[in-house]
Amino acid sequence: MMPLLSVRDLRVGFGRDPQANEVVRGISFDLADGETLAIVGESGSGKSVTALSINRLIDFGGGRITGGAMTLKRADGSLFDLMTATEPQLTGIRGAEIGMIFQEPMTSLNPVLTIGWQIEESFRLHRGLTGRQATAAAKDALDRVRIPDAARRLKYTPNQLSGGMLQRVMIAIALACNPRLLIADEPTTALDVTVQAQIMALLAELKRETGMSMIFITHDIGLVAGIADKVMVMQNGQAVEQGELNQILDNAQHPYTQHLLQDVPHFTNGSTTRSDGRRDKVASHEPALKVDGLVVRFPLKSRFFSRATGAVHAVDGVDFDLMPGETLAIVGESGSGKSTTARAVLGLVRSTRGSFSVGARKASAQQSALPVQMVFQNPYASLNPRLSIESILAEPVIATGGRVDAGTRARMASLLERVGLPKNSLERYPHEFSGGQRQRLCIARALMLNPSVVVLDEAVSALDVSVQAKVLELLVDLQREFGLAYLFISHDMAVVERIAHRIAVIYAGQIVEIGDATSVLSQPKHSYTKKLIAAVPTIDRRHEHFELDTRQVPSLVRPQGFEPAPAKWEQFGRDHMARVEG
Amino acid sequence: MRILRAIFGHSSGRIGGVIVGVYITVAMLAMLGLTPHNPITQYRVDRLHAPNGVYWMGTDLFGRDVASRLMAGIGQSFTVAFFSVAFAALAGTVLGLAAAWLGRRWDGAVMRIMDVLLAFPAILLALLIVTVAGPGTWTSVVAIGIVYTPIFTRVVRGPALSLKAREFVDAARTFGSSSGYIVTRHLLLNLVAPLTVQVTLALAWSLLTEAGLSFLGLGTQPPAASLGLMLSDSRNLMETAPWLMIFPGLTIMISILGFNLLGDALRDILDPKMRRAPA
Repeated sequence: MMPLLSVRDLRVGFGRDPQANEVVRGISFDLADGETLAIVGESGSGKSVTALSINRLIDFGGGRITGGAMTLKRADGSLFDLMTATEPQLTGIRGAEIGMIFQEPMTSLNPVLTIGWQIEESFRLHRGLTGRQATAAAKDALDRVRIPDAARRLKYTPNQLSGGMLQRVMIAIALACNPRLLIADEPTTALDVTVQAQIMALLAELKRETGMSMIFITHDIGLVAGIADKVMVMQNGQAVEQGELNQILDNAQHPYTQHLLQDVPHFTNGSTTRSDGRRDKVASHEPALKVDGLVVRFPLKSRFFSRATGAVHAVDGVDFDLMPGETLAIVGESGSGKSTTARAVLGLVRSTRGSFSVGARKASAQQSALPVQMVFQNPYASLNPRLSIESILAEPVIATGGRVDAGTRARMASLLERVGLPKNSLERYPHEFSGGQRQRLCIARALMLNPSVVVLDEAVSALDVSVQAKVLELLVDLQREFGLAYLFISHDMAVVERIAHRIAVIYAGQIVEIGDATSVLSQPKHSYTKKLIAAVPTIDRRHEHFELDTRQVPSLVRPQGFEPAPAKWEQFGRDHMARVEG
Repeated sequence: MRILRAIFGHSSGRIGGVIVGVYITVAMLAMLGLTPHNPITQYRVDRLHAPNGVYWMGTDLFGRDVASRLMAGIGQSFTVAFFSVAFAALAGTVLGLAAAWLGRRWDGAVMRIMDVLLAFPAILLALLIVTVAGPGTWTSVVAIGIVYTPIFTRVVRGPALSLKAREFVDAARTFGSSSGYIVTRHLLLNLVAPLTVQVTLALAWSLLTEAGLSFLGLGTQPPAASLGLMLSDSRNLMETAPWLMIFPGLTIMISILGFNLLGDALRDILDPKMRRAPA
């Protein structure tokens, strides 16, 4: 029987001379009806370009298909040559036979049109429905992706919905005309883990219901297990390995696949936490950082008279301490207040209440404390592109009133060497470095002032998985060498497991569970921690059925003068406590 | 010296650099009085002479040598253009950075004043200022400078606002860098590209505005020469003495081309991404 989609020796190039500048170099695969193919690879491997070539959207992105064959079996059984099709023919195929969802639901929808209109558009184009019929079809489509209260939501504009809801809308649009092939390009990468789990569950369910085929593109091999039948691993524009799911996961042949499966952080429920430098083995020190009752509120003012009407309680009473040489990971989802906590510690946002003490010094909540340094999430945005590396590394020294002398230069050189960058880096500029190298530069810059505490705000989240592992290793080495205390902000449980000694789980501006990493990850006590851990994708969870949990994070907006009730804590074990749930 | 070598290593920079270099040389020669004839002497017998060996670009209605007047005019127009653009760029950059960095009331106040200035057509505003202050070279400079300040303010403020929210500025704050350091190294340095482009465009516009003011009798005062004045004088004689219009027109056109080519080259050269990695 003919497969639904057959791709033979696909080659795609970019630029003026696409032949010489190939990004996809000879990809072949077949996709049968109802089958799911997962394409796994790191950034630049050509996985997205492959997907965009299938519905020929690549033509609009500056790419040119330079060779190969692609055939799609249409609904009536006839064969459709995707290589030679004209643009009007392709318009009839896209949406009707091949649906697609993208990575960023926030930017994939037009912000000024209602989501109802945007769903109806697909019905208008491909089915010729108008007016009430289109609206009814749109409502059905929203029901299908399990958006509660669909009739009312049709009138919403994208800014009124969360990222997870918007991705559901995107799926509803992609599935509006019952395509027999859905291409999902990193559909959950921009979403929180629990939302990711919901979307994955939804895709698996829809696939069962409709019998459609799917091409699922991801950089996270952990996600593959739950959804794919076949896996293709891509590197540098070539498929280094492809085969059945179980065969790839259990018996990977190619070294790169083995590397992806073994060397990158995978979540193991607390069985691979760090054994060095644990709190109970170190004689008690003065904490490197102690935070007491930190509160950050952003006042909301009514438009007229600037009267305060309430406040966003971004951080609501957070306490923790951090010993020298220890890593405290703060985990939580977007909007939970974890980054605000970090920024308050650094004085980048003004805290409403609370105190910090850094080492022996006691700093008031308002001023920034210099022994604390920070590494930011995006290595591309945190280095000024116009400054040479020497100027970038010199800045902290100049800022604290120092001079750039031989001693400073020697320190720059030794730090660069320590973080694994070439010697001639000093006179180069940020754009000459890769993402991982830039993050190493940021780490070197943070260490220029010899801090005792380094705040790492999602410091490895923007990096490719294999680079992630190396930067984490470097961080652990540096911690041992300089006795640094890390405040590690992350949403990624697998990464946290590798680096944390202790974990604080933050939810709606409050810590709900805190304690020893092994204990928190292996025996979570608070329902939110449990939910967070259950949502982490792992390669061991093949075709696992995710529970659909659509519980939303509660609103953090509180009326003027609202104070949360004091927390009640329940102690489990020596260093593990959780908030009592009301 | 390094920047000159870089300009001449750049394909469009080479052409732009040569054009601008020639103009500057000509302007200097004219200011030193080294013109073929005296630009204001009237050779009555040779009125409206077509270009020949003696009068390279012909003579005008009063028998003055067009080539000499053109050289003097380049000196005059360039002086006004350079100083007025320098004024506008400096004032606009300072105001734009202040508005973006200080925010809130400063931002509101500065930008509303700029909106008021922008509400007037450029030439009308310049006219108003010159009428109040009295015609002359330096009032033209100030008038044209003020007219183009709001454009620079806007060009600076927008990107400065987005740069201010970038992580490298946050990073600088965590080291305790001073505001001055952040504004100059992190904001201003990243504004070099839009500013260079804006300066080259503004040079071209201010040449035209100066021409306009002179045309209306409020810029350069006759018998002194400026490119705009020469162009406006040629208007009625377009058919009988086309050289009166062709030469000043070409001069303005080529100078604007030169500025734009040089501006493109500078933008590329000053961008570290275009720099080749040291071997």
